[in-house]
Amino acid sequence: MTNPASIAEPLVLIVPAAAAAILALLPSYRISSKLNVLATLITLSAALTLVVHRPNPSAYLLVDDLNVFLIVLNTFVGFTASAFSAGYIEHELENGKLTPTYLRFYHAMYQVLMFGMNLALMANNIGLMWVAIELATLTTVLMVGIYRTHEAIEAAWKYFILGSVGIALALFGTIIVYLAALPVVGEGLDAMAWNVLTTRSAEFDPALLNLAFVFLLLGYGTKVGLAPLHAWLPDAHAEGPTPISAVLSGLLLNVALYAVLRFKILLAANAGALAPGPLMVVMGLASLSFAAFMLYRRRDIKRFFAYSSIEHMGIATFAFGMGGPLANFAGLLHMAMHSLTKSAIFYSVGHVAQVKGTQRIKDIGGLTASHPLLGWSLVAGVLAIAGLPPFGIFMSEFLVLSSTFARQPLLAVPFAFGLLIAFGALIWRLHKMAFGDPGEAKHVPGPSGLKLLAVFGHLTLVFVAGFYLPPALTAWFRHVALLLG
Amino acid sequence: MGIAVALIVQGGQMMLVLLLAPLLTGLVRKIKARLLRRQGPSVIQPYRDLLRLLRKEVVLAQTASPVFRAAPYVIFAAIWVAAALVPTFATGLMFSWSADLIAIVALLGTARFMLALAGLDVGTSFGGIGSSREMMIASLAEPAMLMVVFTLSLVAQTTQLSSIARFMLEHSVGLRVSLAMAVVALLMVAIAENARIPVDNPATHLELTMVHEAMVLEYSGRHLAMIELGAALKLLLYVSLIGCLFLPWGLARAGDDPSAYLLAILLYLAKLAAGGGLLAVFETSIAKMRVFRVPEFLGAALMLGLLAALLLFVSKSF
Amino acid sequence: MHSFQFDVAHLLASGLVLASFMLLYQDRMFGVINVFVLHAVLLAMAVAWQAYVQDAPHLYITAAIALVFKGTVIPVALYRIVRRLDIHRNIEKVVGVGSTMLIGIGLVSLSIAVMLPVTHRAGAFTSEDLVFALAVVLLGLLMMTTRRNAVSQVIGFMSLENGLILAAAGAKGMPLVVEISVAFSVLIAFIVIGVFLFRIRERFDSVDVQALDRFRGDRG
Repeated sequence: MTNPASIAEPLVLIVPAAAAAILALLPSYRISSKLNVLATLITLSAALTLVVHRPNPSAYLLVDDLNVFLIVLNTFVGFTASAFSAGYIEHELENGKLTPTYLRFYHAMYQVLMFGMNLALMANNIGLMWVAIELATLTTVLMVGIYRTHEAIEAAWKYFILGSVGIALALFGTIIVYLAALPVVGEGLDAMAWNVLTTRSAEFDPALLNLAFVFLLLGYGTKVGLAPLHAWLPDAHAEGPTPISAVLSGLLLNVALYAVLRFKILLAANAGALAPGPLMVVMGLASLSFAAFMLYRRRDIKRFFAYSSIEHMGIATFAFGMGGPLANFAGLLHMAMHSLTKSAIFYSVGHVAQVKGTQRIKDIGGLTASHPLLGWSLVAGVLAIAGLPPFGIFMSEFLVLSSTFARQPLLAVPFAFGLLIAFGALIWRLHKMAFGDPGEAKHVPGPSGLKLLAVFGHLTLVFVAGFYLPPALTAWFRHVALLLG
Repeated sequence: MGIAVALIVQGGQMMLVLLLAPLLTGLVRKIKARLLRRQGPSVIQPYRDLLRLLRKEVVLAQTASPVFRAAPYVIFAAIWVAAALVPTFATGLMFSWSADLIAIVALLGTARFMLALAGLDVGTSFGGIGSSREMMIASLAEPAMLMVVFTLSLVAQTTQLSSIARFMLEHSVGLRVSLAMAVVALLMVAIAENARIPVDNPATHLELTMVHEAMVLEYSGRHLAMIELGAALKLLLYVSLIGCLFLPWGLARAGDDPSAYLLAILLYLAKLAAGGGLLAVFETSIAKMRVFRVPEFLGAALMLGLLAALLLFVSKSF
Repeated sequence: MHSFQFDVAHLLASGLVLASFMLLYQDRMFGVINVFVLHAVLLAMAVAWQAYVQDAPHLYITAAIALVFKGTVIPVALYRIVRRLDIHRNIEKVVGVGSTMLIGIGLVSLSIAVMLPVTHRAGAFTSEDLVFALAVVLLGLLMMTTRRNAVSQVIGFMSLENGLILAAAGAKGMPLVVEISVAFSVLIAFIVIGVFLFRIRERFDSVDVQALDRFRGDRG
C-alpha cells in the first residue's frame, strides 16, 4: 500500500504545471476559468493530504513544520482567488478591458505562478528554491502588465527591474551559503539541501554566513516589500488585475519571507554569526512606520491596501527580528492571518471597483447603503486588518507587542505608534467608503452572496483563529519558533 | 678604476640621450612624411634647426619678465636630468640611486610648470590659451602617471627606477593584467605629455589646435632652441621609460663586461627606432581629438591606472 | 608564487570587470550592444577556464550557453529591435561619465574590501573569482541605475547576470541546478525583454524610461 504522501507530494506540483499547459491551449475562457478553479481545488486536497501524511525529504523536495502550513495556506488562497478570479474576469471581459487571448495567457500564467510558489515552498535545495521564486516573480510581472495601459506597463517594468535586482542579490547570497557549506559538507547536492544545512550550520564559517545573509535579506527582502526596497509594490498592486493583487499580497510576499526565515534558521544555529535580529528589526520598523504614514495620502484604493501589506510585512519582519519563542510564534501566526485577511480585502475591493467603476477612494462612498453585503464585507475585512479583537491579527500583533515589552521595551514605543497610525488611517478611510453619501451614480448590481463566499470564508477563519488554534498548528509554530532562535 | 668607469658610463648616458633626442624627433617626422607619400626633411634636420636657432638673436617682448628669460634654461635642465636618469642601456648606473620614479615625475612637473608660467608671462592670449589647456591636461595626466608608478612599485616593491627595471628583467612576471593596464595607461599619458596626436598636433600653428606650440610662440633664438631640445628629450625619455619598464630585454647590469654594454646600446637604439616608427604610424592613422574630449581620454588613462593598482591587491594577497 | 593557471583566471576575470567599465562609458546604442558581446565572450572564456582548472565538465555547458545566448542570440535580437523600433540612438545618462567611472572604481574597491578577507580561506581561485564577480554585479547595478534608456538598463541587468554566473562557476562543485537556473534566467529574461520592448514601443516613441516616468502612479 503506497504512502499517500508520496503521491500527494508530487501532485501538488504536477497539477498546476499540467493545468498551465492545458490552459495555454484552451480557447474558451469560460471553461478555462472553471478548469482553473478545479485545478486549484485538486492541489488544495493534495496539500491537505500532506498535512496528515508527511513524506520523507528527498534530494529536491522537503515538507516540514515550517512549510506545511504555508503550503496549505498557499493552495487554499490560490483556490479562493481562482474562484474570485472567475467572476472578476467575466466582468472585465464585459467592459472590454481584457480580450479572450489574454485570458488564455492569464489563466496559464496563474497556474504557473501556483506551481512556482508551491515549488519554492517545498524545495529542499536552495538553488531550486531560488529558481522557483524567480519563476513566480516573472509570471506576476507579466500579469501586472496585462492591461497594457501606460501605467500598467510602467508598473510592470519597475517591478521587473527591482525584482530582477533582488533575485540577483539573492542568488549571490545563495552561492555564498553554498561556499560556506562546502568545506563542512563536501561538494554536491548535499551542500545545498535544507535538511543537511540546518543540521550542520553550526560548523560553517560565520563570516561567510554573515555576508550571505546580508545579500539574502536585501535580495529576498525586496520581494517581501520591505522599505526602502518596496518601490515596486504599490504600483504592481494598483495596476495589475485584482486577483493578482490578492495573490501577490497574500502569497508571494509570504513565500519571500519564508525564504528569509529559512536562512535565518541557518544563522541562528551558528554561534559566531552576527545576530540577524537588529537588521530585521530596523527594516521591519522602517516599513511599518513608513507605510503607516503613507496610508494617509493614498487616493487609489488598491494602492492604499498595498501599503497596508508593506506595513504588515514590516510587522512580521519586526517580530522575527525580535526573536524569542513568543515573537517568532506571533510572526508565523501573523503571516498566516495577514494572508487570509488581505486576500479577503482584495476580493471585496475588486468587487467594489467593478461596482463603482473607479478605484479612486473619493469616488467610492456609502457602500453599506448602496451594496450592503459588499459594504459590510469590506467593513469586516478592514476591521480585521486594522487589528481589532477578536480577529487573529489582533492576537498576533498583541503577542509581538508583549514580547517586545518584555525584551526591548524602548522598541515597543515606535512599534505601537506605527500600529496606531495605521489603525487611524484605515478606520478613517473605511468610514468614508462604507458610510457616507453613496452618490448619484447609476446603480450597478453588486455581487451575489455566492461570490462573496470566499471573503466571508477567509474572515471567519481569521475570526476563529483569534481565540482558537488547532493544537497541531500550535505545535508546528512552537517548533519552528525554537529553530528560529 | 671602478669609479672612473662608472662615471664615464653615467656621463656617456647623459650625452647619449642629449645627442639622440633630435635624431628621434627627426626619425618620427621622416616616417610620418613617408607615410603621407612625401619626401620629408632629412633625419638630421632637427640638428640643423637647433644650430640655426642657437646662432640667431633673441627677441624679447617688452612685457617679458625674468621668469620668461630663465624658463628655457630651467625647463631644459630639468628634462635633461630626468632623461639622463632613465636607464637606457644599463641599470645600476652611478646616479641611479636618485632615479626615483616619483622624482622623475616631479622633474617633469617642474618643467611643465615653468613652461606654463612662460606662456602666461608675456600676456598674449595665445600664451594664455596654451597654458590653461596644458594645465587641464596635466591635472589628469599627472594622477594617471602616478597611478602607473604605484602599480609598478607595488609589483617591484620599490620606486627606484633602476631596481624596477632590474626586477622586470630578472623575475618572471607572468601574465599580469595590472601591467597590461599600466602600459596602456602609460602610453596614453605619454601621448598627452609629449603633445602628440590625438591630444595635440606638434606641427600646427592654428589657435584651435595648439597646446604646446601656443606656449612657446613668443620664444626665439637660443631660448627656442633649448625648449625644442627639451621637448625632444621628453619624447626620448618616455620612449626609454616604456622600453626599460616593459621591454627590458637586453639591459646590461652593473658589472657586466663591455660586450654586454655594446649589445645593450644597440638594442636600445633598435627600441628607439621601433618606438619612433610606431608613434609615427599611430599619429598618421588617427585624427586629433577636440580639446574638450581630452579629459575623457585622460580620464580613461586614470581609470586604467586605478584599476591596475586595485587589481594588484586581489592577486597579491596569495 | 603565481601559477600560470591562476594568472589566466585572473586575466579573464579582470577582463570582465574592464568590459563592465567599458559598458559604463558607452554613449551610443550599438556601442553598448557590441561591448556586451565582448562581455559575454569574456565570460564564456572565464567559465571555460574554470571548468578546465576545476576539472568540472558541466561548466563547459554553461560557457557554451553563455556564448551562444548572450554572445550571439540576444545581441542579434537587440540589434533587430533597435533598428526596427528606430530607437533613439543616443543614451542619456543620469550622472556624467566621469562621476560614473569614479563610483565604479569605488564599487570595485568595495567588492575587494568585502569579499577578499571573507573568502580567503576558500582558496585562490574561488576567492578572486568571487571578488571580481561581485564587482561585475555591482557595476551592472550601477549601469542599471545611471541609464535612462530601457535597452541599456536591460543590458546592465544581463551584465549583472554574467557576474552571477562567474560567481557560480567559481564555487566549486555546485551541482547542475546552477546550470538549469542560469539557462532558465537567460531564456526568461529574453522572453520578457522581447515582450516588454514591443509593448513599450506600442505606447511610446522612444524606449526612454524618463518618458515612462510621466506615468509614475505613486502620486495617487
